[in-house]
Amino acid sequence: MLAEIRQFFADRAVLEVETPLLSNSIGTDPQLEFFTAEYRLLPTRQTLFLQTSPEFAMKRLLAAGSGCIYQIGKAFRNGESGRFHNPEFTMLEWYRVGFSLPQLMDEIAGLIGHLFREQPLQETQRVSYQDAFFSHTGLDPLVFSYPDYCAYARQSELPEAVTICGHDHALWLDFLFSHKVQPHLGNNALCMVYGYPACQSSLARINEHNALVSDRVEVFINGVELGNGYHELTDADEQNKRFDKELAIRQQQKLPVSVKDQRLVAALASGLPQCSGMAIGLDRLLMLLSGSHSINEVLSFPIHRA
Amino acid sequence: MAIYSTSEFKAGLKVMLDNDPCAIIENEFVKPGKGQAFNRVKIRNLKTGRVMERTFKSGESLEGADVVDVEMQYLYNDGQFRHFMVPDTFEQYQTEEKIVGDAGKWLKDQDSCTVTLWNDAPLAISPANFVELTIVETDPGVRGDTSGGGGKPATLDTGAVVRVPLFVQQGEMIKVDTRTGEYVSRVKE
Repeated sequence: MLAEIRQFFADRAVLEVETPLLSNSIGTDPQLEFFTAEYRLLPTRQTLFLQTSPEFAMKRLLAAGSGCIYQIGKAFRNGESGRFHNPEFTMLEWYRVGFSLPQLMDEIAGLIGHLFREQPLQETQRVSYQDAFFSHTGLDPLVFSYPDYCAYARQSELPEAVTICGHDHALWLDFLFSHKVQPHLGNNALCMVYGYPACQSSLARINEHNALVSDRVEVFINGVELGNGYHELTDADEQNKRFDKELAIRQQQKLPVSVKDQRLVAALASGLPQCSGMAIGLDRLLMLLSGSHSINEVLSFPIHRA
Repeated sequence: MAIYSTSEFKAGLKVMLDNDPCAIIENEFVKPGKGQAFNRVKIRNLKTGRVMERTFKSGESLEGADVVDVEMQYLYNDGQFRHFMVPDTFEQYQTEEKIVGDAGKWLKDQDSCTVTLWNDAPLAISPANFVELTIVETDPGVRGDTSGGGGKPATLDTGAVVRVPLFVQQGEMIKVDTRTGEYVSRVKE
């Protein structure tokens, strides 16, 4: 699988790069827990972070004029362990300069189709988040109606959602999407869901025609989330604002303090080219390719035996 | 009692949920790459036996339930309560028929069974997987009957009714699988 991915990008003149796993700053996303390590260059001691994804470093390369790049490397997310999660995992991440989101989606379909050619999938599905959400729940994900969401949760035997999610729209979307929508996505097919609600934009730009949605795509096969892509946010001020907002949420929720990546903000300020980027969890992809039930079956040594 | 966090939920763990003792059956970690982590938990209410699914925000916790399974000897039924005894300590427990439920029809005096105690009070009774009981009533078999054929109903000394092969006679002792309620074999005395 790794050799075929490398060949796929070599054929398209995308450069393979390596970026640091240990870094002095880290993503601010309140939903991602990170690992820290102590760097001792006595007498100084410094806290470094194991990367939750190579995104920031790769964007700095893009801003420095690298052109299209990809990387296959380890990423670390603390506290994530389960049938589809291991706190250390392998990620494929790539950036295409000048690509729009639809162009990136074509390339994703090309890559997946190539990897699955021995066991062909059904035709690739492309569906907007709004349509996918509506067809499985009857709710509009872009407009938050508290009474409708609560009524749906109660009738779907998920009354606990009301207590857990309260008036937090993004949390409701996470809850309902992962329980009621995602399991149905991509029945033996690649399903690409695009146009995520703006409140779940993460590092994607807001759609230029509809401020309620962002240019973000997630891909699924057999209900398994494989990866996430963006038409990348290139606006340094907007990025800085999102960082500050997330840092404030972290503080409010008393989460570990993260150090925002000033170098990324500076790189964006100096000019990140228009580009789209995608990250795919390769362990999960290998699970699907090999028909494995648990991520542990495709890891040499899962975390409890590492 | 101890407090357990979602990451400690394992099959068999006994916890308190909605004031009832429950046993965890399955726990699946659900997390969108860019979203909130949840634990989707399959759980059995030990009072009602009902299995349900419940989602927790990862990191939430539940109080442990003081639930233990104890091997006991079934003593007798006084008409109102059934009585059980822990063989080692001679400690005795009594339970209402409501708690004994279906298990009652497999309980023979002196047989051992599992009593689930919650806060030291019986919560549920499970008979042994296999019990040996005597047939008190069944139609007489006709000469030439073999193990084939449809079988016939037989009433056992505990009141249970099971289907047995035609050659099995009244007064014989048989082995029954209590999980399926099916006849297994004759028991040679």
